[in-house]
Amino acid sequence: MNKNPTIVQPIEANVAPMQTISGGHIILLAVLVVAALFPWFSDSPSHQNVAILVMMAAQMGVAWNIVGGYAGQVSLGHVAFYGLGAYTSTLLFTQFGVNPWIAMLLGGVFAAAISLVIGWSCFRLKGHYFTMATIAVAEIVQIVFTNWEFAGAAVGITIPMDQEGWGAFVFASKVPYYYIALGLLLLTLLANFIIEKSYLGYYFRAIKDEPDAARSLGVSLSKYKQIAFAVSSFFTALGGSFYAQKELYIDPASVLGTAVSIKMALVSILGGIGTLFGPVIGAGVLTIIDEGTRVMFGGSGRGTDLIIYATLIVVIAVYYPTGVMGWIKNLSARRALKSQNAKGV
Amino acid sequence: MSLEIFLQTLASGVLIGLIYALVAIGLTMIFGVMDIINFSHGEFLMFGMYSSFWLYALYALDPIFTLPLTTLFLFGFGVMVYKLVISKIVTAPMVSQLFTTFGLMLLFRGIAQFFWKPDFRTVDQSIVSGSVQIAGFQIGLPQVTAGVGAILITAGVYLFLTKTKAGAALEATAADKDAARLMGIDSQKMFALAWGIGAACAGIAGALLSTFFPIFPEVGANFILIAFVVVNLGGFGSIVGALIAGVLVGVIEVVGGFLLGPQYKLAIVLVLFLAVLMFRPQGLMGKA
Repeated sequence: MNKNPTIVQPIEANVAPMQTISGGHIILLAVLVVAALFPWFSDSPSHQNVAILVMMAAQMGVAWNIVGGYAGQVSLGHVAFYGLGAYTSTLLFTQFGVNPWIAMLLGGVFAAAISLVIGWSCFRLKGHYFTMATIAVAEIVQIVFTNWEFAGAAVGITIPMDQEGWGAFVFASKVPYYYIALGLLLLTLLANFIIEKSYLGYYFRAIKDEPDAARSLGVSLSKYKQIAFAVSSFFTALGGSFYAQKELYIDPASVLGTAVSIKMALVSILGGIGTLFGPVIGAGVLTIIDEGTRVMFGGSGRGTDLIIYATLIVVIAVYYPTGVMGWIKNLSARRALKSQNAKGV
Repeated sequence: MSLEIFLQTLASGVLIGLIYALVAIGLTMIFGVMDIINFSHGEFLMFGMYSSFWLYALYALDPIFTLPLTTLFLFGFGVMVYKLVISKIVTAPMVSQLFTTFGLMLLFRGIAQFFWKPDFRTVDQSIVSGSVQIAGFQIGLPQVTAGVGAILITAGVYLFLTKTKAGAALEATAADKDAARLMGIDSQKMFALAWGIGAACAGIAGALLSTFFPIFPEVGANFILIAFVVVNLGGFGSIVGALIAGVLVGVIEVVGGFLLGPQYKLAIVLVLFLAVLMFRPQGLMGKA
């Protein structure tokens, strides 16, 4: 849809298109191989931890992007689903002894079900109103959990680590968490890929770009917004459950705080909103900036890291609103134009 | 709840609601004129508080007397933020506008933390300290001063918008940018003015709060969500709506908190907010 025929077509057919397609595939394959072998390259737990953080942020961003990027419904309350996932799986395990893997899945289903209830009311609102409503919903969820004794209230819940291993979803080493995070990210990307290629992707983009035209063609806007919201919530909740199992501790601030919602959206915007790999790139950039500034400037306790982080957000939002992916697209379009000119077309 | 306690609670709800209204008026004005939601609005309030605090701590000047100075600082600051940052994203998509002002929010908090550390500070010896007896109720004098101040400023902004030429130009820009431009109104200037007034309103609210509310870098977080609710409830861009909704939210919050426990104050407001949005998405005074 986004391909610009005037740029692609004039390039000699036998070389260029093949090259761009296989070039992308090669990069993708290389990234996958590097990702799969990463724990062999680096056995430093802190490096592995940063890699896990990148993948967690990427997974959240990819999940958010389904409704926020493709369907254009900017939810800034997605942390509600992240927290619901984390709390559902943790409570099912600690209170009822449900296996964490099954509990994680149930958390995802529960969050998707709740998203239908929230979406039913919030999707009647447009633009800013929708965004504000999602913030309000998330805030209410946070207040409820902060005061709910059964869910540990403000103190939170600790997951016991008396059992260890794949069955218990508790590990002493970072490596299993690394592979689970990678698997979760790939799964979420796959879901996004399938949506992008299916009729759903077209409907989502129509809702975003031409809502009135889509409605006049008989597309039920609310139905497809709901689908986008539910799928997005499901994967967001899986991310929340994974966080709980990795940290073995959750509280309202960490899994229901506004900062988490913002991070999901930010990762997508940094990388390129409404693109498949944008959030992955955004997660890499953001996590490195975040961790880097914290390590370099965080020790002073004077908020220097926050200043740098915030300045970057502003600069990127003002000057690169299409994110890294938009920048790359721009660059390759320019290069194609140049080679076109060189050939005298 | 006895009638006396109820009335006292009601009164304190109205007083805090007037402050909410003042904060929200700045926000709704910026939105009304240029369709941008300013996430960093609470930080304008925070800077207003620090301005009052430092004039008090360094020069022993009372926040009430330095109000004009704080207003001026914040007006200038708002215009500067517009010129340096916001003017570049006037026509940008909603997402990048959201993230620009969100980034500014974090940046201003970071700056405050850098210069003044995360400590809580207070202005403890203002001329408006103590409490007054009004019709048998005991009400804090700082709260009364703040409430009265908020009414005066709100009235001032309203008169400015309805009675002056610049105000009319601002309203015209809010109603239709292009038509206003054809009539010779410089929309860039109007946007800058909206940011100046918006920041000044938040700053004044901060100055009024500084006599009875702790001052710290993240204090804006306590007001921004409420301000959004007030703006939504009142109808985006409506000054009168913001005033009514502000008082309404203040009263609901205080009375609801009294009945259900203070930890649910915000939740009650948010639930009501969502309920109103469902039936009247354009807010109380907004146009459909």
